[in-house]
Amino acid sequence: MDNNQDSIFTRWIIGILRNRKAITGVVIIFLFIFLAALGPFITQDPTAFLSTPLSPPSWEHWLGTNGQGQDVLAQTISGARQTLLVGFTTGIMVVLIGALIGGISGYYSGRIDDFLSLLINVFLVMPGLPLMVILASWLPPGPATLTGVLVLTGWAWNARVIRSQMMTFRSRDFVSAAIVSGEHNIRIIVLEIMPRMLSLLASSFIGASIYAIGAQVGLEFLGLGDVSTVTWGTNLYWASNDMALLTGSWWNFVPTGLSIAIVSFALTLINFGIDEVTNPRLIAERVWREKIPIDTVVNGITPVVKDHE
Amino acid sequence: MNQSLNYLLRRLGFYFIAAWAALTLNFFIPRLMPGDPAAIIFARFRGKLKPEAINALRETFGLTDEPLLGQYWSYLKSILQGDLGISIAYFPEPVTNIISSALLWTIFLAGFSLIISFSLGTLLGTIIAWKRSGKLDSTLPPVLAFVGAFPYFWLAMVALYIFGFELSWFPLGHAYGDDVTPGFNMPFILSALYHAALPALTMILVSLGGWMLSMRNIMITTLGTDYISFAHAKGLSSRLIMLRYAARNAILPNFTGFGMALGFVLSGALLTEIIFSYPGQGYLLLQAVRAQDFPLMQGLFMTITFAVLAANWMVDIAVLFFDPRTRK
Repeated sequence: MDNNQDSIFTRWIIGILRNRKAITGVVIIFLFIFLAALGPFITQDPTAFLSTPLSPPSWEHWLGTNGQGQDVLAQTISGARQTLLVGFTTGIMVVLIGALIGGISGYYSGRIDDFLSLLINVFLVMPGLPLMVILASWLPPGPATLTGVLVLTGWAWNARVIRSQMMTFRSRDFVSAAIVSGEHNIRIIVLEIMPRMLSLLASSFIGASIYAIGAQVGLEFLGLGDVSTVTWGTNLYWASNDMALLTGSWWNFVPTGLSIAIVSFALTLINFGIDEVTNPRLIAERVWREKIPIDTVVNGITPVVKDHE
Repeated sequence: MNQSLNYLLRRLGFYFIAAWAALTLNFFIPRLMPGDPAAIIFARFRGKLKPEAINALRETFGLTDEPLLGQYWSYLKSILQGDLGISIAYFPEPVTNIISSALLWTIFLAGFSLIISFSLGTLLGTIIAWKRSGKLDSTLPPVLAFVGAFPYFWLAMVALYIFGFELSWFPLGHAYGDDVTPGFNMPFILSALYHAALPALTMILVSLGGWMLSMRNIMITTLGTDYISFAHAKGLSSRLIMLRYAARNAILPNFTGFGMALGFVLSGALLTEIIFSYPGQGYLLLQAVRAQDFPLMQGLFMTITFAVLAANWMVDIAVLFFDPRTRK
């Protein structure tokens, strides 16, 4: 049993590494993490006044300087640190809370489920940004506040997805067998069911991280982060405060925005990859595509493939 | 018919619970913060506020010496009477007045862009799912997924920079020109549309991909079902199968998703408004954050929540209308 389980995971990991979309995403993410980690050693001081404010890109400052005379390249690279850290931390916490609440809600039916799914739905329907703004404005600004606020407003979606997955597992034979053999419920949830949800949990983590990076940047752009630190959000906050737009200094907001987009897109690519490798429907489709030329696949008509040699 | 009424009432009950939860959160957030909320407010505004303003604040938050439950009751009562307190940034204007004057602009801008991007995205999703592995299907999803990866407000910045600042095709902000008088007249309407065009276009561009992809995925599942094969076998025309057989069913989960995504899309719309200095809720939110105007922020949270809940209920009614199965 365990052996079989291991081989599925190894197959997934090999599949993901072979998948072109996923590997592109993974490489991009690692590149950003690498740059963020090395940042302070390879760039100029991101907070020092180095040159005339708002000077365009030059040999000395590859991406020009911002309204405070700081080097934009250095700011973009070191901004990745806190932004990615908060993003991934939020991603992990959101998945943990989602798995806990969604898992319990889906496993136990009845009153517990009624209450928890009501809670999930209430949080889902509440608009995130205004709630985040209220929370963040009362709390002292900083990464801890950001993470807390993002987790509180973002957990519900994952809990909902995990809950419905849990409900389908709950009715499978292996769960009934475990219950009959006297296993404790917590043990069934954590050791029997959760490992089988690994691909869902992984893609939930990635989805939550994308959300966290975007929402975090939005909040900091509003001025709700700690504006004295260098992050992607505060970079855009200062760009907008220093009238980068109306002075035509595009180099002030383009690098940061592009970085955010590239990271989110890379994460989306990884998610596509995970989906292609683990989703049975897409696996079947890939088998067809390999066996039959695309043009012969007519809409709505299932081609028959003899898969046994 | 009885059952569908029952369903709508049940949903309405849920929205009341959600509204109550939002109200309660709104009440407890300031009180659960480390330190005394009154002390936090007064410390932040030391010397900047008139005594009347401080009294108004105290009143808004119900920070009296009453026990907590008593405060909560008087808070609920005043909210139900439409009293959201007095703004600090626009003192002594009541929050309700400020918000209601900006509400129409947000509904106009966000509502229109939402409806256009939902309809267009759903239509594109239907077409690319139908012509699978065609040129459109292999180019559109990745391109729109990449566009969707940008933060809304950042794309708005770039659009404003290119089309407003560099090319001067569109105005740099505000909802209508200085030379028109607000009212029901042609120049004003044209000016309002002209000012809304660029923010609306950026919002549509960013959110289009999401609707398209979800429609495509549901559509593909629907296309694999037996009744579609049967329709093919009967020799019905492709267009009929695509629109009346497959899309009509596939759109239903998308509708439900519409309600869910509303809050999320609205958050993006608020940030877009800020970039374009569009005088809606988002712009107020920025003013509120800048001035640390807590009553205005909380009023905005309440209004936006109520608006989203109301819109969700309308979506429920629409689903009931489109899906005969729920009407049994």
